[in-house]
Amino acid sequence: MASDTLVEIKDLNFSYGERSVLKGINMTMPRGKVIAIMGGSGSGKTTLLRLIGGAMRPSSGYVKVAGQVVHELSRNELFRMRRKMSMLFQFGALFTDLSVFDNVAFQMREHTDLPEPMIRDLVLMKLQAVGLRGAQGLMPAQLSGGMARRVALARSIALDPLLIMYDEPFTGLDPISLTVIGNLIRRLTDALGMTSVVVTHDVQESLKIVDYVYFIADGVIAAHGTPPEVRDSVAPFVHQFVHGEEDGPVSFHYPAPAYASDLQLEGSFA
Amino acid sequence: MPSRIVAGIRGIGHRVVDSVWRLGYASRFFMLTLLKSGTSLRRFGLIIREVYFTGVLSLIIIIVSGLFVGMVLGLQGYETLQKYGAESAVGTMVALSLVRELGPVVAALLFASRAGSAITAEIGLMKATEQLAAMEMMAVDPIARVVAPRFWAGVISMPFLAAMFSAVGVFGGYMVAVVLIGVDEGSFWSQMQGAVDFRYDIVNGIIKTCVFGVAVTAIAVFEGYDASPTAEGVSGATTRTVVTSSLAILGLDFILTSFMFRGMS
Repeated sequence: MASDTLVEIKDLNFSYGERSVLKGINMTMPRGKVIAIMGGSGSGKTTLLRLIGGAMRPSSGYVKVAGQVVHELSRNELFRMRRKMSMLFQFGALFTDLSVFDNVAFQMREHTDLPEPMIRDLVLMKLQAVGLRGAQGLMPAQLSGGMARRVALARSIALDPLLIMYDEPFTGLDPISLTVIGNLIRRLTDALGMTSVVVTHDVQESLKIVDYVYFIADGVIAAHGTPPEVRDSVAPFVHQFVHGEEDGPVSFHYPAPAYASDLQLEGSFA
Repeated sequence: MPSRIVAGIRGIGHRVVDSVWRLGYASRFFMLTLLKSGTSLRRFGLIIREVYFTGVLSLIIIIVSGLFVGMVLGLQGYETLQKYGAESAVGTMVALSLVRELGPVVAALLFASRAGSAITAEIGLMKATEQLAAMEMMAVDPIARVVAPRFWAGVISMPFLAAMFSAVGVFGGYMVAVVLIGVDEGSFWSQMQGAVDFRYDIVNGIIKTCVFGVAVTAIAVFEGYDASPTAEGVSGATTRTVVTSSLAILGLDFILTSFMFRGMS
């Protein structure tokens, strides 16, 4: 049973100094599924990804990946585990001094002793999977935002990881690139049998491709469910978020004193 | 009034503690860079690539500056020495000034402005665009893969750049003193050859350039790695690299000179 779960998060708390960012998070991410973590800006989604990747230590609770508690690993053990996981950063984070080909080949050259002809074949296969085999000689500065995201996707599947984390993969993309990236995430997850964790606030695009959704608000899981459950949810926060309503549990106004008293109008009409 | 004084003292205390903390952090970073240099020393191609960016691309500014500094030395040296009828010693003056002091110091200052600032900006931007974080997530240590090759490339490039600066400077002095003004060519070269000592002048000059190379590059990689991942953060770090390295070069030069040339007649 345990082998079906790749990531297990238990009673996870995390604070930046005095400010509590995540409070008592519990999640289970089965192998071979696409899981979305949604929430407004500053809700702690990216922090959660960093905790899964071992870039931060939880204040309490734990994240287990493939049966290992991430924050208890030594640096060498963590680096060994990271060879089985990958992360797609918000704007790709391609190495700007390396070509598209060398970006995808980077991990193969760093972590394996594969001969160069084999690396070439593997890189071309990965680039073919994202439709950019023809762009292998370009530099990152010559790529559009969508292309850079696809190259980063090819780079992140270079060593066939068990887990890929996507940090806002849809941000700043045109509708065509948005669909392409969404479909690629789904297709690659199914084809390679890996698990994908997508942190996003792009509701409509992600509901098309994910298997399960967690909503985070104010550091706690506000709701969770499959895409149909989420679409039909009557929970006020989920309804507001999914339908993009201006006001609701997440207020339009930042907390402030009464408007009239701020404008010093109180009693002026008396 | 006393509360202001207390606040002032507290502010000074904070600054001192911060500076000491930062110095300790920088020293730890420097040690980590040395400890994690194995990868770049094994894969020497990584260092060679950086030598091209830090060393080869700095050649133009080094050669042009060296030429002009040598020409000015030739001109000023001749003007002063001819008053005492010693204009044939202009070659000695040009060579000793360059090999002992101006070569290492000016080349290091130019290196800090040209290559040091570029190293800081590059590493700082890699941090700001999450390239270093991406590398960490790929189980590749950025200190071993990004910082160490740049550090060693700077350390290797610096002595060659300073040597080039001095050689071109001597040529500039020759052009002005011999070709333009007409100082005797034989005495220009022979007096220079007689006065410049290999052990005291040239070796000491090389030691200086190595020390400056370590200082400038260590400051540059640290400032880049420690930069806040914003536009202001990277620009501030680049400025700090140039200012701190320049002060370090001048301070270290005084210390080294006082040890190296003490008691020489």
